[in-house]
Amino acid sequence: MKLNTLTAHELIEKLGRNEIISSGIVRSLEERIKEVDSKVRAYVRKGAQGCQVTSHKDGELKGVPITIKDNICTEGFNTECCSKILDGFKPPYDATVISKLKSAGAAVFSLKANMDEFAFGSSTENSFFGTACNPWCLECVPGGSSGGSAAAVAADEAIWALGSDTGGSIRQPASFCGVVGLKPTYGRVSRYGLIAFASSLDQIGPLTKDVRDAALLTNIISGHDVKDSTSVDMQVPDFTKSLEKDIKGLKIAIPKEYFVEGMDPEVKSTIEEAIEKLKTLGAEEKQVFLPNTRYAVPVYYIIATAEASSNLARFDGVQYGFRAESGKSGTEGSLIDMYKRSRGEGFGQEAKRRIILGTFVLSHGYYDAYYLRAQKVRTLIKRDFDEVFKDCDCIVTPTSPTPAFRIGEKLDDPLRMYLSDIYTISANLAGIPAISVPCGFTKKGLPVGLQILAKPFDEEMLFRVANAYEQATEWHKVKPKL
Amino acid sequence: MSISKETVDYVANLARIQLNEQELERLSRQLQGILDFIDKLREIDISDIAPTSHILEIKNILRDDTPGESLPAEKALANAPSKNGRFFTVPKVIE
Repeated sequence: MKLNTLTAHELIEKLGRNEIISSGIVRSLEERIKEVDSKVRAYVRKGAQGCQVTSHKDGELKGVPITIKDNICTEGFNTECCSKILDGFKPPYDATVISKLKSAGAAVFSLKANMDEFAFGSSTENSFFGTACNPWCLECVPGGSSGGSAAAVAADEAIWALGSDTGGSIRQPASFCGVVGLKPTYGRVSRYGLIAFASSLDQIGPLTKDVRDAALLTNIISGHDVKDSTSVDMQVPDFTKSLEKDIKGLKIAIPKEYFVEGMDPEVKSTIEEAIEKLKTLGAEEKQVFLPNTRYAVPVYYIIATAEASSNLARFDGVQYGFRAESGKSGTEGSLIDMYKRSRGEGFGQEAKRRIILGTFVLSHGYYDAYYLRAQKVRTLIKRDFDEVFKDCDCIVTPTSPTPAFRIGEKLDDPLRMYLSDIYTISANLAGIPAISVPCGFTKKGLPVGLQILAKPFDEEMLFRVANAYEQATEWHKVKPKL
Repeated sequence: MSISKETVDYVANLARIQLNEQELERLSRQLQGILDFIDKLREIDISDIAPTSHILEIKNILRDDTPGESLPAEKALANAPSKNGRFFTVPKVIE
């Protein structure tokens, strides 16, 4: 058995029995990366920095390596959000999740995972380093924005990984690549050191080979942090305990609005089979309504771009990253010209599109019509969920309306690309936790993901239902042939 | 809502992003499409609804006013594209 193909909990067990050593795992990952990553392109800057690791092997993770998305700060290791504008950026500090991982004994990989520039995208095609590919079909996208993290885990180039999710950026690539991906409740995990996209929506979360690993990793990264005042000061339960519970008698809500137009018929039938499976495990199905679902995508593209335009103002060629020379000499406008050229050359097309849209919806005369209105509709979307969770334990939907699409298929049509996040965006707007688990394949062999959503801070429910489903199926054990 | 090339140019200047002619044209076309889609929000009655800027019910969080460690200057400057001693340098603003 090759070590790179195992889950973290399997490796921890072997390390505990002294059957293997941590450096052996790193070596098997390095070999795998050498073997397949020229095709998958899950990692970026491979030539520049080998697979260094930093670790404290005495923690509970015993030196198991972890792969990190390129927008989470790792001290001394390049963190560039796959953008030219952060060229060469080496963070002077670790994100809180990285410090927590290190003290738990993780070996943090210096090679970072590919992503859409600044997490702007659903396909990884917006990466400055070029798109990552789906291990199940190299002509298809791995999803995004955490596409590199998902592809690396699926292709056994990583044991497990961290991603970030602002509108589906963990769950949608998890679904496309056939792995498990969790977006925790907003406030569960510290965002300190996550390079901000939309601060009221962003959360860091795990991408793993099975539900047990997701629970284990969530245990480690969760909790209050004085450096992030939006992280919530409450007890973090041991999520692995949820894996022991069955799902008999649980009320599972099926939102009518999610099963209408636009869903791929194979995705639809796969999800229906998964719901049947949950029923045979003892869950009860209940049809519910989330009437404001159709407004989620427009609300998201106002709020997310507005927040992004503000967060990305810091990239101006002064403190870090790429700087273009000013085209003007002397004092007349030369500083502003330097800003404009640095940002014009440093940001990719999607980043410019979103910053300009965000600036527009916040600009004088449009604020009430767009931004304020979107925040009010956000209230309605949140209320829809509150209503459902009054008498249901969780909600079950597809993670994405389609399986992985072909590279280039939606690149010139931003609106079509945005609509691929239609089932994942609402969880970010409402702040609730949601998980994607593999639930089958299309005839062409592309993975399909089942999304489970629960009320705020009830990740235990997600792990419980996801694990019960996973234990009753074999989907998570199937590996892509590369 | 229509968005002209002039509007895009104006907003791009607010956002401090240099765009070329081709980008201006493409962006005004694409933003037009996105705004038409976003205009779907106009059909909802929101008169009595409070805005959600944040989903958590948290108030201002204050910390004790005690000095802590901060990033040393050389570490903070380590990534600067241009620096001089303890300062970031930028093109000349005043004579």
